[in-house]
Amino acid sequence: MKKSTWFVLLTSVILLASVVAVSCAQTTANTVTPTATPTVTASPTPTASPKPTPLTTAQATNLNGAGGTFPAPLYTKWFDVYDQLTGVKINYAAVGSGAGISQITAGTIDFGASDAIMTSDQQAKAEAAGGPILHIPMTSGAVAIIYNLSGIPSGQIKLTGDVLAKIYLKTIKNWNDSQITILNPGLDLPDMPIAVVHRSDSSGTTYIYTNYLSKVSSDWNTQVGNATAVNWPGDIGGQGNAGVAGQVQQTPGSIGYVELAYAIQNNLPWVLLKNAAGNYAAPSLEGTTAATVGVALPDDMKVMITNSPNPDAYPICGFTWILAYVNQTDLAKGQALVNMLWWAIHDGQQYGTSLDYASLSSAAVAKAEAEILSIKYQGQPLLSR
Amino acid sequence: MKAAILGKNEPGRAAGFSTRRHRRFGDPIFSNATLVLAFVIVGLLLGMIIVLNIDAFPAIRKFGLGFITSLTWDPVKEQFGALPAIFGTLLSSAIALIIAIPISLGAAIFLVELAPSWIRGPASFLIEMLAAIPSVIIGLWGLFVLVPFVRSPIESWLGDKLGFLPFFQGPPFGVGFLAAGMILSVMVIPIITAMSRDVIRAVPASQRESMLALGATRWEVIRRVVLPYCRSGLVGAVILGLGRALGETMAVTMVIGNNYAISASLFAPGTTIASKIASEFSEATSDVYIGSLVELALVLFAVTLVINVIARLLVWRLTRVKEATE
Repeated sequence: MKKSTWFVLLTSVILLASVVAVSCAQTTANTVTPTATPTVTASPTPTASPKPTPLTTAQATNLNGAGGTFPAPLYTKWFDVYDQLTGVKINYAAVGSGAGISQITAGTIDFGASDAIMTSDQQAKAEAAGGPILHIPMTSGAVAIIYNLSGIPSGQIKLTGDVLAKIYLKTIKNWNDSQITILNPGLDLPDMPIAVVHRSDSSGTTYIYTNYLSKVSSDWNTQVGNATAVNWPGDIGGQGNAGVAGQVQQTPGSIGYVELAYAIQNNLPWVLLKNAAGNYAAPSLEGTTAATVGVALPDDMKVMITNSPNPDAYPICGFTWILAYVNQTDLAKGQALVNMLWWAIHDGQQYGTSLDYASLSSAAVAKAEAEILSIKYQGQPLLSR
Repeated sequence: MKAAILGKNEPGRAAGFSTRRHRRFGDPIFSNATLVLAFVIVGLLLGMIIVLNIDAFPAIRKFGLGFITSLTWDPVKEQFGALPAIFGTLLSSAIALIIAIPISLGAAIFLVELAPSWIRGPASFLIEMLAAIPSVIIGLWGLFVLVPFVRSPIESWLGDKLGFLPFFQGPPFGVGFLAAGMILSVMVIPIITAMSRDVIRAVPASQRESMLALGATRWEVIRRVVLPYCRSGLVGAVILGLGRALGETMAVTMVIGNNYAISASLFAPGTTIASKIASEFSEATSDVYIGSLVELALVLFAVTLVINVIARLLVWRLTRVKEATE
């Protein structure tokens, strides 16, 4: 072939390669991949609801949110009811708290949802992207420790936080280990190895759970730590709360941690945990509400309520937050967002009870109201009392 | 050009049409266009390598070569290492090949040599259909059908009878390297079978017939003539299947258990490079975390490259040996 042809071809190849490289480098900065939303297997019919907060004159618009699977059953219920009441359609993708945080930072969604408090790194990145960002509490829920042992009904096995941490650190490997049987004198625990199930994705449920384990076990604190994704000592990872529930259901001798709604809806048995006051508590609505009582609530509501000192509290509970920027960039979306948030912390709370999420205490509601009232569009608050 | 093809009396001129200029015009354009397209593919590959290197740079700078030998994957302390993922990828692919090669080879030989003609068509069609099933579906089937089956009859039997071997120790979870290897074999069998069948079919009838004329049995014909003749093609088919096994993501993620550790036991849960990236990429937040995941992708790239080079050397050597003996 002639030299000139070679030259033309070579230049075109180099040009093409550089164009591809540049465009790929651009898109890798922005790409996020959502996974499928879980379906809620049982949802009660809504009772007659009180009149919702009326919309402002801006017409109904659609909102997109993404975040943890922890509150997904409740949010799915809420957004369905809210759509029937106001016509505003809100899409929620339960992709994990970590993904919710990264997507709100990237600006691809209107609000994020997380059960993990943003790390200072994540907070800095979000603030660089869109200005100050709020953690608005929506509800609180419990993390149930589920297991798969035939013949032992739910609420029989008693564990302390320390023993639970050792199980997850793989230092206790068998169900009839002396440290477990000593807490359960009446139970006939089988001689089976414990299959430990954890989350394979980045998860707010993991954050709440590892927060608890870090508080009750210094070994856990030094070796593994508290985060949305950690270096698990073993064994099996499941994708999402639904994945963990599925693995535990399928694997005899396994133990796992899921949000309470998933345990109830899948009829999974759970253990009783010793709380900080020394009482054994089951994961429940009452235990979750008790965990929030007596905890000092900061203005930014970034507080963990695990291992609560309340005698009735269940030890592994956490708030779940919606992450929203203070400075909204779209008037219609901003108004739809604040209206939805206001509805959620007032009228929406009644729907949590049937799904075993605890309603916000009045102190928490007051803080959340203050946060919502601070959301602005072009310097003007979007909602006024 | 038309005139030249039709062979009219004046090969150069018909209807005021200069075929000589026309031919010179059309061919170079065609050959250059196809050349550009070929180079576009190369350019795409180079572009991808460049982008991967750029994105992986924070991790490369932090860990260096230790990334490939380190065993931890700790997002909290930001220490990442690739060895368990590499091990998992290679082990699950090896199990897949060990299961798939006898089955595929047997199926291919049966389809070409031994099957009655009315079976050949439908059987080949069905095997190719197996290749068309999306990997997510196979993954779901694996999770709900294969994993319980592996846990109960297979792993408990292997644990009982062969539990003294380090490969079959440990609790039978169901999910793990064995299940992943079996799922991968399901995906790899149609590829190897289809290619092997084509290669075996290409053996000239004269080779077979001369062997039969010398008094060989069917088995001897297959073993001594057909298979040696197709050696390089069969190796190529296996490498193609291996390529799919190395990169398979969704099906493996669902049945491998997602545990980041190396284990001698096939029952243990593990991780492959593809499943690690798929599980964590959407939520990786820091630069080092994302960089480590991209570096995992680069490692997979390198592993695939090395295996392909070895395969080509093997094929080249087999062909040389064959030529030398003919």
